[in-house]
Amino acid sequence: MGILSSFKRPKITRLSLKVWQRNRDVFTKTYRVNFIPPVLEPLLYLFALGFGLGTLVGTIKIFNLTVSYKEFLAPALVSISIMNSAFFECTYGSFVRMHYQKTFDAMIATPLSLEDVIAGELMWGATRSLINGTIILIVVSAFGLVDFSFALLILPVSFIGGFLFAALGMIFTAISPNIDTLNYPTFLLITPMLLFSGTFFPISVLPKALQILALAALPLANLVSLNQGLTLKSLGWLQLYNLAWILIVSIVLAILSINLMKKRLIE
Amino acid sequence: MPPTVLAEGLTKRFGEFVAVDGIDFKVEKGEMFGFLGPNGAGKTTTMKMIQCVTPKTSGRIEVAGMEVDGHETDIKRILGVAPQEINLDPDFTTLKNLLVYSRYFDIPKEEAKARAKNLLEFMQLWDKKDVNIEKLSGGMKRRLIIARALINNPQILILDEPTVGLDPQARHLIWDRLKNLKSEGITIVLTTHYMEEAAQLCDRIVIMNYGKIVARGVPSELVRKYAGSTVVEAANDPKVIACLKKMKKERYEIVGDTVYVYTDRPRKIVPTLVSICKIPNVAAREATLEDVFLKLTGRALIE
Repeated sequence: MGILSSFKRPKITRLSLKVWQRNRDVFTKTYRVNFIPPVLEPLLYLFALGFGLGTLVGTIKIFNLTVSYKEFLAPALVSISIMNSAFFECTYGSFVRMHYQKTFDAMIATPLSLEDVIAGELMWGATRSLINGTIILIVVSAFGLVDFSFALLILPVSFIGGFLFAALGMIFTAISPNIDTLNYPTFLLITPMLLFSGTFFPISVLPKALQILALAALPLANLVSLNQGLTLKSLGWLQLYNLAWILIVSIVLAILSINLMKKRLIE
Repeated sequence: MPPTVLAEGLTKRFGEFVAVDGIDFKVEKGEMFGFLGPNGAGKTTTMKMIQCVTPKTSGRIEVAGMEVDGHETDIKRILGVAPQEINLDPDFTTLKNLLVYSRYFDIPKEEAKARAKNLLEFMQLWDKKDVNIEKLSGGMKRRLIIARALINNPQILILDEPTVGLDPQARHLIWDRLKNLKSEGITIVLTTHYMEEAAQLCDRIVIMNYGKIVARGVPSELVRKYAGSTVVEAANDPKVIACLKKMKKERYEIVGDTVYVYTDRPRKIVPTLVSICKIPNVAAREATLEDVFLKLTGRALIE
């Protein structure tokens, strides 16, 4: 398969929503389990880093503002959750459905095409990010860490950002020989990104070249920057760039992931 | 009226490997049509090309008068597919499996519920409707797969090894239901390597080997043509071979320790072997499709 065919525009129909519905039905069946990690995880981070480390750090300078460490951390926690929800849904979750449960095979025996199936999976991954992003936004708001002038815009952003990480995850699902090899992108991409995307310390402390590299190449750096702008009420050209970056890259990655998946599953 | 499935020179290659090698066949409306062959003969690949899942390499394939390429969605709407591999949704109960599947066909909710109830009753699964898939036996899962394939009231039902791994009771129940469906006018295309299944169910069969069709026709006629009425078995002994050679014109085959004689005149051969040539342990039995199958596809194990 040449480069061009990897970016061929997929034909997606409304039937992709049926895939989304199927995943939603499974999710609501086990909703109690599904809601515990997204509530617990940010609380742990918030206590360990925000209330623990934060007392040593004091205040942080970002976007010409001086904010408490907890306020700095809050949008990053939302962003990390957006990343993790969609990425893990569309790697381990999708891999299990594709490889072990043969759910995709069952679906493409019906009027659904593989393009519809993958598009539905990506939308579902984005929805998981929306759900978890919303939960965490509520949690951090409860601690008064969010300025609500723009913060509700985090909800659409969590869907869009979730879509980006869903597509990224789906690419690895499409090329991963088995479920164990999915550990590579987790440890080599997601973990470093979690640490170096302006999450626990502002990106401005890095050398200039690394700052540019982070905003040019790292999905999470762009998402964190956009969400910081929203919760700290400081929107500028940077956030417009972040949004455009996320939109364009997620469309490109989504198309690529669908074509790679077709290559994997349809011979 | 075009044939329900039409294939001409249908070929599928996976790299260098030719899985289906230029086969021709026609399935007429309302018939039960069987694909027989050892593992790896190309049966499942052929099914997947009919179902618009695996694209053909070359040749022609039409379903219900529609060219498969370009009409995938239209064809899949009138098709019911029961795959060889159990791919039921383990996250759902028996009933919910049918309801979720019905959504893929845009069947309205109330209609789907009514159909699911009918189908579960038809397949004797209604009392298992709230049971999770993991708790079903192999036979129940197979029945549910067939019920699921019927949720869209298909015109054509494709069954890939519908009774593989089942006990005789479960197998007979499925055979009975398939006969029922055929009497309702559904065209059924199935693959199997159970000869009895093909002989019991199919109006016409093709036997595939190494991607090619090696024989085709009505099961009973194939038996007569390739194996005669009777198979006589004796030990592989030079005395037996010498005796058979004296009789001339007898078709026989030596496999391991056994000589198989395919014949229409057992009353002549058996007494000759026993009385004149003094061969002990001669057995005669009715020829079956299995003899045809083994004769055409070889008795050696194919891996």
